[in-house]
This record gives sequence, structure tokens and C-alpha cells, in this order.
Amino acid sequence: MPELNLTSAPANLRHGSNIGQPLTRRDGILKVKGQATYAADNHPPGMLFAVMAVSSISRGRVASLDVTAAKRHPGVVDVMTSDHKPPLAVDPEIKTNPFVFRMEVLQSDEVRYANQPIAVVIAETLEAATEGAVLLAPRYETLPALVGLDAGKSFVPPVVGVGNPTENRHGDVEAGLASAEKQIDATYETPPQYHNAMEPHAIVASWDGDNLSVDMPTQGLMLSLGRIAELFGIAPDKIHIRSPFLGGGFGSKGFLAGPQTLGIMAAKLVGRPVKLVLRREQMYGPVGHRAPTRQRLRIGADGEGRLTALDHHARTVSSTFDDFYEPAADASHTLYASLAIRTSHDAVRVNTGTPLFMRAPGEATGSIALESAIDEMAWACGIDPLAFRLRNYAEVEPITGKPFSSKALRACYEQGAARFGWAKRSLQPRQMRDDAGHLVGWGMGTATFPALMFQAEARAAIRRDGTGAMEIGAHDMGQGAWTALAQIAADGLGLDIDHVEFKAGTSDLPDAGIAGGSAHTATAGAAIHSAGAAVIAKLADLATNDERSPLFGAGNAGVVARDGKLFRRDDESRGESYAEILARAGVAEVEARGTGAPNPAAMEEYAMHAHGAVFAEVKVDPELGQVRVTRMVGAFAAGRIVNPHLVKSQLFGGMIWGMSFALHEEAITDRRSGRIMNANLGEYHIPVNADVPPLDVITVEEHDPHVNALGIKGVGEIGITGSAGAVANAVWHATGVRVRRFPIRIEQLLTQS
Amino acid sequence: MKPFDYVRPATVAEAVAAAAQPGATYLAAGTNLLDLMKGGVSRPDRLVDVTHLEGLDGIEHLADGSLRIGALVSNADLAHDAGFARSYPAVAEALLSGASAQLRNAATVGGNLLQRTRCAYFYDTASRCNKREAGSGCDARDGENRAHAVLGWSESCIATHPSDFCVPLVALDAIIEIEGRNGRREIGLDELHRLPGDTPQRESALEPGDLITAVRLPPAARDFAAHARYLKVRERTSYAFAVVSAAAALQIENGKIKEARIALGGVAAKPWRARTAEDVLKGVAPTADAFQEAAWRALTDAKPSGDNAFKIELARRIVVRALTLAAAGTPARLPALPASPFASTSGAIHA
Ligand SMILES: Cc1cc2nc3c(=O)[nH]c(=O)nc-3n(C[C@H](O)[C@H](O)[C@H](O)COP(=O)(O)OP(=O)(O)OC[C@H]3O[C@@H](n4cnc5c(N)ncnc54)[C@H](O)[C@@H]3O)c2cc1C
Ligand code: SF4
Repeated sequence: MPELNLTSAPANLRHGSNIGQPLTRRDGILKVKGQATYAADNHPPGMLFAVMAVSSISRGRVASLDVTAAKRHPGVVDVMTSDHKPPLAVDPEIKTNPFVFRMEVLQSDEVRYANQPIAVVIAETLEAATEGAVLLAPRYETLPALVGLDAGKSFVPPVVGVGNPTENRHGDVEAGLASAEKQIDATYETPPQYHNAMEPHAIVASWDGDNLSVDMPTQGLMLSLGRIAELFGIAPDKIHIRSPFLGGGFGSKGFLAGPQTLGIMAAKLVGRPVKLVLRREQMYGPVGHRAPTRQRLRIGADGEGRLTALDHHARTVSSTFDDFYEPAADASHTLYASLAIRTSHDAVRVNTGTPLFMRAPGEATGSIALESAIDEMAWACGIDPLAFRLRNYAEVEPITGKPFSSKALRACYEQGAARFGWAKRSLQPRQMRDDAGHLVGWGMGTATFPALMFQAEARAAIRRDGTGAMEIGAHDMGQGAWTALAQIAADGLGLDIDHVEFKAGTSDLPDAGIAGGSAHTATAGAAIHSAGAAVIAKLADLATNDERSPLFGAGNAGVVARDGKLFRRDDESRGESYAEILARAGVAEVEARGTGAPNPAAMEEYAMHAHGAVFAEVKVDPELGQVRVTRMVGAFAAGRIVNPHLVKSQLFGGMIWGMSFALHEEAITDRRSGRIMNANLGEYHIPVNADVPPLDVITVEEHDPHVNALGIKGVGEIGITGSAGAVANAVWHATGVRVRRFPIRIEQLLTQS
Repeated sequence: MKPFDYVRPATVAEAVAAAAQPGATYLAAGTNLLDLMKGGVSRPDRLVDVTHLEGLDGIEHLADGSLRIGALVSNADLAHDAGFARSYPAVAEALLSGASAQLRNAATVGGNLLQRTRCAYFYDTASRCNKREAGSGCDARDGENRAHAVLGWSESCIATHPSDFCVPLVALDAIIEIEGRNGRREIGLDELHRLPGDTPQRESALEPGDLITAVRLPPAARDFAAHARYLKVRERTSYAFAVVSAAAALQIENGKIKEARIALGGVAAKPWRARTAEDVLKGVAPTADAFQEAAWRALTDAKPSGDNAFKIELARRIVVRALTLAAAGTPARLPALPASPFASTSGAIHA
């Protein structure tokens, strides 16, 4: 696989020290030429095509399937149903830990949500499998669907998000509200949203006896490997997963999905390799989504505009059969100092696929509500929204009282505001017009996202020819891991990036953890960094213990590694190349492993977050209500920036997503059937090029000695937070109309003219 | 996919004969039809591919001053034909506000006219839909119907016709040339699409086998070139169907409106010509009051079919705005964001 070996660098690669360089994607040329093989591009010999039939009801059971008709269709090889399927080694309903999500893999005829897989047709061609699925003509016994945030009696889930407490408090919120000079009590709603990665979930699976070979996009190679091993009762070392490229995931490819499991089952059933790819509309169900929320914010402020109370309650939904609760209210833990804070959640169960992590889960939903409410309070106090945020600037993490490991948010506010020209903003809404008579509004929001670390391992080697190798089962979701991690590897090995063979993306490499929580560069990067240091130490041992080396005896003073050479730290005129050291020692290569992991002691001591400030300008047609974002500036402080080019792309993407959250994205659910009525990219609106305004990203310098060895905080998700609120607040500033239901729709702005 | 016959007739006569068979359907670029087939909404037995027919892809100036546009001319080629855009600017603007550049490159004139509704329940084969399956019911009636019709709907169907192109065409009295089993005939575009009544499954005046061969713009259509606009309110700047749209075309002489044309899109099962509104503008000065009055007239019969009362008020405002823009004069160049309320905003480079 040529794409797994990115040693040969394109001519435009820059030389010199690697971290901090704005390299373009090393896999960019492969992608542009169509040579980057995504999972569904694989066609092993003898491969069959599998197509899922999915339920059109959202609650009930499948009463019948016309398997005979499907099988009679030319080209159809077999039809996998709940009556005809290979056995699994464990019941997929059993949750061995909270990160095991239940999946629908034909274990019964029960239907729990619309678009649930109810059969898989396997055929010689995609067309035959597709038609076979239609010929199944399912009949159902239908029960009334549970739909929407008021579907049933609400309950308080035991935890939200990743084991976060459902409720948190600091101080006495009711007392804070009672003492407040100004109060806000506002309820915001956010809709269900779907990840809609460009690449649909796909799998190509081949069994060879007990050995399983799999091509599939995953954000968690080892998590997937473990789940497959458990479900199929085979040893993990019999499974090989290749996931060199993902066409986006945004959280929906974090866990082995039900449909991917079905692909493996289908291959087992027919004894031939099988490919299964979801259709776009089939991604609206079995592969997760962002749950809708209704959030009530009650805020109090004193006469000077200082918060006395911040009470954030979020109602959300989970499926009828599993638990994931969007931790929306938790967004209020970290941003604004307040005498009292309370966050709480409740939920109802609805007939939906289980919601899941979706880019900035909780932070995104919570942020748009919190930032809107803060804006409302600033207006109520008659204070500029930026001044108001500065007045309530949190010097320590409000909910815990811990100091921040680093927090350059003031600089973000300053630099962002200056670039945007915020100082010229009128306090009053509906004051500005452009030449064409459109209303113009300026809004802002604060961005925040936790700086997380997971566990990872890497293997490093230095070879006799003076080159290096770094191996880690890392994931490139499009964010640029092939490039950024190779930069860290090159620095860790003291080599030019051209001289490092960087391997990633397969399950036989050391565990890189998951590409999620904006923590992949930090976690995998830390492992790479430590593996690099360890292998350099071994090499240094060879040299400093060898009388023939100019480095002999450098032990205590130590050595530095640079450009493929080791130098004495106290006398850089004395050095030796890696190749020379290994040649003399008669060793083909030295290798070492390293790990990356959170530091519990530092986490105990410090609150760790990335921050940012986003400023947006919108124009609104005063009579017709159509909105257009015309400008956005985001200033972000996220620790060390490994590759400014890739980081900007992540932040741009996040800001566009934030704008999408405020103005466009919404899955429309039929209130009776529970079916999603716009499950396609024509009608599930996301911004198109014409919607994306000039974007300006400032990365604010920030050195964080506590988050991890490299000081990296992560930039994958933070861009959405702050941005959505900034756009919503700009719409208010343009129109004077405060819309509390997202996305903002034309009809909500038609009220005046 | 369901197996189907595919035929590629060499002549119009062969095409008509092939398409007159039960279960047969014309295939043009397929940007709508193939989606419907993939979704199981349309399941034809036979596709009659018309894209290879000779002589249907030209734009022809006729001696009497009419313009004949072949049914196979692509939406993009027509919109980018400089002469066309100069003479019929609102039509070009409408075309360029539709779909995406890729779709416009493929989509044909005939296919655009006959594209089906975007009612989500029509597309969702698990829903009841009188249009897809006569007599089965209409799940949109009490469903998610914020985008549905406010004019000309019936209890059996509240769907809208989604075409942008048709809106200025109907305003300009376009004529449709048809080749059928009984030879050639022509009808006004206004008669092509039918309102649902009790038979929403019958969407057009076409009979089995009828092939649209051309769209003709009568000589008078060019007389509006100096004052013609299309305005389309939508939920993103580009690549979205109209929430509501309007075409407005005026002939202004000596400060008075000599003749006015107004049509609305996204409000009914057909492109909606607002003749009573046109009448009130005849002979009066192009003032804000007159436009308000016209807008009011255009929507007198409107009523919500669901969560869409806002579309009535929006439609009024769009009529006023479209008339105002038309009165101000057709811009020398098509705006970078065609038909957008932000068309005049500088700095936009693409849509
Ligand atoms: C994502 C998306 C967004 C879109 N957005 C817009 C939009 O904003 N505005 C807009 O106006 N349109 C929009 N469209 C619709 C698009 O304009 C139509 O799909 C296109 O014009 C159809 O042309 P076609 O040649 O592909 O027709 P086909 O799909 O081939 O045919 C459509 C229908 O017309 C019939 N037909 C075709 N040619 C003839 C003929 N000569 N005589 C008789 N019958 C014929 C076919 O049998 C079929 O029933 C969008 C489409 C998509 C997929
Ligand atoms: S509105 Fe018309 S097209 Fe839509 S479901 Fe009802 S009958 Fe069908």
C-alpha cells in the first residue's frame, strides 16, 4: 500500500525543524489524484456487495420479509435476517462498559427507530443487492412512535456525556438569583443534527478461517478491534483493520457501528469477502447523531454586571434502549465567573438511534445557548458584550475553583476584537445598515473546549542508514494526522521529515488511542515524542559508552539529537551521525517504545482548556428575513501549534460548522412516524461555498507546561463553540429579534420590517 | 435496482411511440428521475432516453421575433447564452439561482419544466401520498409542511412545484411545443402544470408519449428586458429550493407602467401567475404603494396549508421587492449571487 509509506516527500516540503512548520498535507497529492484508498475503494477478489434493508417505522416489529422474492432476484446470493445469520459470540445488548453501545445487528425482529437495519441482502452486484433489499417488502406491526423533547415522562440520567455528573453546583443559585439586580430566564432549543461525514460508513470484510481482514474507516482502531474480537469470539491478533484515510467522522466513526458489524457477519455467512456501504439516508439512524436539546438559562447579575447566579438546565433525549446524554449544560462550568453556578440535565426516551458524540458534544449545544444568554444579560445590563464577558472573566475554573493550566483568553478577546474592529459596535441593536439597505449586526461568543489526553503508544526506530521510523496506529480523519504526527516524529527523532518513515492507520501498529475529544495530536504526539526520546537515549548509550566515539563519556552532560546527528550538549563541535554510531556498533537498528497518557497529578491541580473568542458579522434582509454571514474572526489559544496550516483548517471548519449550527442544520423529524424527512444533503442544509464568508483565524501564542510534554491542547472541536453563539448574537444585533430556537429561520425574522 | 428497458430512439417519432407504452418514461439528464428511481418513488419499466435526439438542443431566433429553446438545451448553456440573458434577464437569473453549477450543466430545459415536487412525503415511500399513489392519502397535510403550498392546494395535495425556471417563463407567456401520438401541438406554460384538485397524480396536461420538444418565448417577452428580475428567498445562499420566489417584469413608458408581469414560485403546484396583481399596475406609476397593492392582490386567495402562514406574508414582501428591483432596472450584468436578496452585496464571487 503506497499510501501507508509517506517517506518520499513532495518537492515543496519545507526543511528545518519540523514542529511549527505550515507543511501542506503530505497525503494531499494522493487525494487529489484519487490514489488515496478509502475503505470502499477496496475490492478483494470474489467480493460480494451487501445492502441493508432498513425499517421505515420507528417502533414495533418486523412482521414479515419476502426473502423468497429477494433471493429469486438474479444475482442475489443470500439474505441475512434475524432468522438467518451467523451467531455472535456475545450478546451485543450486553454493555461491558459505558463505551460499548448497543447495536442493531439482526438479533431480533424488534424495531426501535427508523432506518434501523432489518436485513442485509448479499449479491454479486450492487444493483442486485439494492433491488433485493427493495423486494423484501417488509411488513410491520407498528406501535405509536415516541418523538421529540416532550415524548414522555422525563427522568434524570445517572450521568451525562462521558460519565459526567448530571448535576453540578457551586454556591447557592437561588440566593444568587434573589439578590440579582437583573435577571434573565430564557429557553433555547437546538435540533437533532447528523454527522454527515462526506464518506459514508463502509466496510470491506474478508474471512480466512478464523482470520479477519477489514477495511473500514474508524476513529478508534483498537476500540474497534476489541469490539470485533469480543463479538466474533476471535483473538485480537487474528484481526487486521486498515483505516489509512477517513472521509470525516466527527464522532460517528469512534465506535464500531452496527452496519459495519453486519458487513463482517455477512462475509461470514457467505464465506466470501463482502463490501457494505451505507447510503446517505441510512446514516440517519444507526451511526449516531447529536441529540436535540431544550435549555433553560436563568442568570442573575448585580448592578455592575457581575454574575450572581448561572443556572443552566438542559433537557435532551436518548434512545429507548441505550444511554447517551448530550452534556449541554456543562458548557457553563468553565467560562464565566459567577457567585453561584448550577448545571443540571434531564431526558426523555424517544424512538431514535442512540445519540452519540458529535463534534463538540455538549460544548456545541451548550455554547450556543450560554453565549446567547450571556449576550441577553449584557444587553439587559446595558454593557457591551465583550466588556461584559471581561467583567465576568474566570480567573479560576468557576465550577471547581482550580487554576487554569494556562489561559490566554484575554489575549484572544483583545486580538480578535482588534482584528474585527469590535470597538465601533453600537450597543443598541438594529442600528447598522449597508449601502444596499441590509441590516448589519455584530455578535461575539467565547469558545472553549477541554484539553484532553487519552492513552497511546508508539514505536520508534533508528536505522543503520541514518533514517528513522515511527509507528503508531493513528487515524487521519482529514485533519492531517499523516502530516502533523510525522512532524512530531521527525523532531522526536532528530531527523528531517524526509528521513522518517511514518506508519499509521492500521491495527497492527501500536495503539494510538482514539481520534476524538480533540486529543489525538496531543495523545499520539506525546507517545511519539516519548518513543523518539527513548530511542535517542538508546542510541546515545551506544555512543557515549564507546571509547571510539567523539561522544564517549558525554553521559552526564548529555547529548542533543539534530539533523541525524548526536552532539555533546556542552560542546556541539563534537558529534557523530546516527549512521556512524550504528555502523560501528554493528547494529542494524535501535528501537524503543514510548507512551502518551494523561497526568493525573496535573489534572488534579489544574483545569485544562483551550479558549477562543469569535466575532461575526451578519447581514439580514430587513423585509425578507434571509441571513448571510459576511465576516468572521476567531482568535484561539490552544497551546502549541504543531502545524499552523492544518490548525487553521480545523478552526475554519469549526467556525463554518458553528455558523451552520446557528443558521442551517436541522434534521426534520415527522412528529407522527419518527422518520427523518430530510435525510439527504440536498435538504439537510449545511453551508455551501456561497455561504462561507471571509474567515480570519488568529492563533494566539500560549505555552502550557502542564497539559502534556508538548504543550498541545487540540483544535478539532473548539471552533464550533463560540462561533454558533457569535452568529446568533449578530442576528439579534442586526434585527433586534432574539431567536431562541435554532437554526434561526426566516419566519422568525419576519416579525417586523 | 429494478431492471428496466433502456431505449435510445433515433427520431422524435420513434421516441413518442416508445414512450406511449404503459410504464415508459422519458429520460433527459436524469438529475431528478434517477434520484426518484433510486428511492423507489418512480419504478418505470422502460426509459426512453431523449438526449441523443437530433435538433432539440438549439436556441433559435424565429422570424416573428420569438425565441425557440430546444428541450435538450442545458440549464447552464441557456443561462450563459449572452444574447439570451440580455433579452430575458429574469429567466437567466432564475436558471442560475437553481440547484448547483454541476446540476445546471446536466439538467435540461424539458426536464426542469417537468421536475417533480420536493414534498418529502412524496419522496418517502413509507408515507401516504396521493400524488405517488392515487387515493392513498396525504401525510403532508398534518405533517412537516412548513414548505408547502399556500395557493391552489386541495385537501388531497398541498405540494408545490419547485422549478425556478418556470416562474419567469410563465410570467412571459412561454409556449410549450409538444410532439405526441397525434402529432404536434402547443400549449401555454400556464396550462402545462395542473393544480391538484382531486387528482394530484395527474400533474400536467401531457398525455402518454407526449414529448416536449421546445419552449417558445413570444415576441413580446423581450419588451420587458429593461425591467425584469427574479428574486428567490431560500435557506442558504445557494443550492437550495425557494422558500418563496417571484419574477417581476415591467414595461415602463413615460413614468407609467405599460404592462406588468408577476409570477410566484414555491407557493403552489404550478408556477403561479398573478394576473389580478398585474392588472392593478397597468397604467399607474411604479410606486411603493402600487407595488403593495399588487402584492396584496397577488395573495388574496392564499391560505396556509399547515405551518406555513408565514409564506403568505413573505410572498407579499417578495412581490413588492421584486417589483421594486424590476422598476429600478435590470442590472447590466447578472449579479454574482443571482436572485439572492444579497445580489447587490459586493464581494460575493460565486453561488
Ligand atoms: C439537489 C438538487 C437541487 C436542486 N435545486 C433546484 C433549484 O434550486 N431550483 C430548480 O429549479 N431546480 C432544482 N433542482 C432540480 C433540477 O432543476 C432538475 O432536476 C432538472 O432540471 C431536471 O432536468 P433533467 O434533464 O435532469 O430531467 P430528468 O430528471 O431526466 O427528467 C425529469 C422529468 O421530466 C421528464 N422529461 C424530461 N425531458 C422531457 C421532455 N423533453 N419531454 C417530456 N418529458 C420530459 C422525465 O420523464 C422526468 O419525469 C435541483 C435538483 C437537485 C437534485
Ligand atoms: S402534499 Fe401532495 S405530494 Fe406531498 S404527500 Fe401530500 S399528496 Fe403527496
